[in-house]
Amino acid sequence: MEIRLILINFKFCEITLLANLHTNQNLQHLHRFMNRFTFLRSLFLAALFFYLLNNPIGKLPPLGKILSPSEGFWQNEKDEVTTGALGLEGLKEPVRIHYDAQLVPHVFAQNDLDLYFAQGYITAKHRLWQMEFQTHAAAGRLSEIFGKKALEHDRMQRRKGMVFGAENTLKDMAADAETIALLDAYTQGINSYINSLDPEDYPVEYKLLNYAPEAWTPLKTSLLLMYMTDMLCGGDADLEYTNALRLFGKKRFDAWYPDFFDTLDPVVPKETSWNHISSSMPTVPNQQTPLDEIAETFEKPHPNNGSNNWAISAEKSYSGNPILANDPHLGLNLPSIWFVMQLATPKHSSYGATLPGALGVISGFNKHIAWGETNATRDVKDWYKIQFQDASKTTYRYEGNWKAARIRVEEIKIKGQASFLDSVRYTHHGPVSYDASFKGRHDKEGYAMKWVGHLGGNGQRTFLELNRGKNYENYLAALQHWVAPAQNFVFASADGDIALWVQGDFANKWKGQGKFLMDGSLAANDWKAYIPKSDNAFSKNPKRGFVSSANQYPTDQSYPYYVFNDGYESYRNRIINTFLSSKNKLDLEDFKSLQNNNFNLKASELLPTMLAEINRDALNTKELRMLELLASWNYDNGMNALAPSLWTEWWNQLYKLTWDEFEQKDVALKKPFTYQTIYLLKNKPNDTYADIVATTTVETAKDLFLISFQSAMSVFDTWDAKSSYKWSNYKGTAARHLLQGLPAFSRFDIPIGGEENSPNAVTHDHGPSWRMIVEMSSPPKALGIYPGGQSGNPGSVYYDNFIDTWAAGDYFEALFMQSTTDTKHIRSTQTLSPKS
Amino acid sequence: MIQKLSNLVAIIILAVLLEQFLPWWSLMLASFAVSFLRDLKGSASFWMPFLAGALLWLVHSFILANANDYVLTNKMAVLFPLQGNAALLLLVSSCIGGLAAGFSGVFGKECRLLLDKKY
Repeated sequence: MEIRLILINFKFCEITLLANLHTNQNLQHLHRFMNRFTFLRSLFLAALFFYLLNNPIGKLPPLGKILSPSEGFWQNEKDEVTTGALGLEGLKEPVRIHYDAQLVPHVFAQNDLDLYFAQGYITAKHRLWQMEFQTHAAAGRLSEIFGKKALEHDRMQRRKGMVFGAENTLKDMAADAETIALLDAYTQGINSYINSLDPEDYPVEYKLLNYAPEAWTPLKTSLLLMYMTDMLCGGDADLEYTNALRLFGKKRFDAWYPDFFDTLDPVVPKETSWNHISSSMPTVPNQQTPLDEIAETFEKPHPNNGSNNWAISAEKSYSGNPILANDPHLGLNLPSIWFVMQLATPKHSSYGATLPGALGVISGFNKHIAWGETNATRDVKDWYKIQFQDASKTTYRYEGNWKAARIRVEEIKIKGQASFLDSVRYTHHGPVSYDASFKGRHDKEGYAMKWVGHLGGNGQRTFLELNRGKNYENYLAALQHWVAPAQNFVFASADGDIALWVQGDFANKWKGQGKFLMDGSLAANDWKAYIPKSDNAFSKNPKRGFVSSANQYPTDQSYPYYVFNDGYESYRNRIINTFLSSKNKLDLEDFKSLQNNNFNLKASELLPTMLAEINRDALNTKELRMLELLASWNYDNGMNALAPSLWTEWWNQLYKLTWDEFEQKDVALKKPFTYQTIYLLKNKPNDTYADIVATTTVETAKDLFLISFQSAMSVFDTWDAKSSYKWSNYKGTAARHLLQGLPAFSRFDIPIGGEENSPNAVTHDHGPSWRMIVEMSSPPKALGIYPGGQSGNPGSVYYDNFIDTWAAGDYFEALFMQSTTDTKHIRSTQTLSPKS
Repeated sequence: MIQKLSNLVAIIILAVLLEQFLPWWSLMLASFAVSFLRDLKGSASFWMPFLAGALLWLVHSFILANANDYVLTNKMAVLFPLQGNAALLLLVSSCIGGLAAGFSGVFGKECRLLLDKKY
């Protein structure tokens, strides 16, 4: 359009000029002029076209660049090269990379430095854009790519102290000669790949967003670890709880948010003795919770971030070999968060899921041991109210004096604009995340964060040691380096041990500490000490013949240290433990079936009450038919069933209606947990929570059942046919591309059952991100699958080829190569050699 | 006619050579250079480079896409958005290449004319 207008304009000028010149009757002049004019016009058009094609216009990427077959996306229309020989600077000896049918690289190096160099190189080859993007997201650097619309996100990351935490982690990694040497090798490997690229080789996302990869640094590995730390233990509800306490009073708060639920099946079996713990417990100081009104808090990590893992003893196993399973539940994204590899040297060889950006296998096995993690879900982030001396916010009140705050200036670079400078105050607690410039209200006040995520630690070493571990002692030693995010590390060994440690740094808190906002001016409120790691909860070779965890309570109330419910899962763990207890011997089929179990325990605990209590007289025939459908349901959230859709809609509306008092503007709140909500609906049906605030009548749970049922069932009027609201349609599971769910690169309507509280915890955007089962035979037999594919390139068939297998509950057999010559199932081999 | 066709072929050959080490605008450069050295009369000075560019981009992208079963092309045709129509995307892409070559071809010819002072 623009071009046409310009052309017309030119035409017009031409005519007027011609007319003028004609009156002069000077044809020679005219010709000379025309000559110049057509020249200028052609110059203008060529330059204009070049400009339009070389620059992004509106939301379009630079069209010339992206559509050119020699430089554009067409160059990404292929699989990654997995053959040939390359000479790379930095390698000491040749490394062989064997690729199997799943595009899993099996890396055989002669020494550890070469091994991690090659891990970096190969991971970058398949996942470069994702590696960099995730670390940019962690570091609060998305504005560099997206411009100002990402500024709020970037400020949030900076104010959480993400870079501060990453720097502390790097310091601790650098203090360990071996870790830093391997990390440097890994970094060098990634950069060796990046440096080999010409612009046409860049992953297609770079081309779409019109930027280029930068060099990897050890700090980026730290940032990736922080990305995981934030995802897994970056959530808390202290400020939301403070609002709830202020609004609803202590009595109701305690009834709605109890420290422990009435039913409990903790990670560490209830009968465990804690006699070995001799630490003195801190006494509760005399202090007042500042009952502030807090309007807005950070966006929280996905509430379903969690996982399952378990291991059975030799006695409980069909074959006499311990068997271990792990499935971390995370956001379903493409490229997938996991990348499967085998990493081998003559001294050790491990197989399993790696995180692009970190060294070693994170959830996997070697021929001696297997390991996996679930999130330990504990309150490891607290908030302190800070009183500054004045609006300059350079000193704050502490123990009756003014203490100097450190100012950290965060420079956020913005594409096409001047940088944004954010001055974040750091107290002895941690960063003052909220103040007048960010979500706060008062010039002289702020809230400082105390978070284990800032402590640093060399968690990377934990994985390096697990990868080469041989027995329980090695596993235990590896875990001593772990700080955050606290994890339930499951373990099984070929020599017959099974174990599970709830590992991480936990502050030894006085009862109630950190549940609400605390006064930051009192030393009594500070974190004083951490629970000695030897006092962390664990279970080794328990009598019941299995260990398991699914983000539930670590222990029961008898554990001497202060623990309260800050989001523990209450259903998966009971289904898993019931299943594992139900048989004397278990085999691999049992494990598969448990990982893919869609049982809806939550519904089974409430629906009978709802069906019994609901006033049927108020229902029409259609509603009664739907009620019957629910009454005949076996509580299985299978993908083709209709009842799960009806139940879910009903439950969601009931939950919303039950906690209608939480629908308040400009107040940050967190509604009570599902388990307690169901407990209240069943056991205290006439309590005040059930009353609907907006009505003049007084409602009870029975009324809520009816109102929410009728409203929920009317939703299905708009669904065309009965079959259209089968569970998988209603749920609409999708694996979305990391780039704001770019539809072209995402997979929608994945046919899969399960729900958030079933072991197969698949929701519309979240679920088991890696399923692994390992039998500790000699050599181990393993199964694995994840909702994605090994390639990060949307132009590769390996980009999402695992999704259907994953959805169907199937696995691929892990090819655990015993030597570099064992190439029977190998599709192709690439050799990386030192550059001569 | 022969000169027209030989211009077209020359542009394609030069563009293929240049794109080995230059970015996407190697096509514009090739078209400019050939049209400067061997200028065509009338509208052919636009259409021959246009055809050369369009043909080169169409054939090259077709070879790449076809070799990989259009895995990415289909996705990009959703992204742009062209209702997932990969053929349409090939066509659009080919037109863009054609226009780029066409405009720089005319510019090349005009430069030549300016130097020759033919008029």
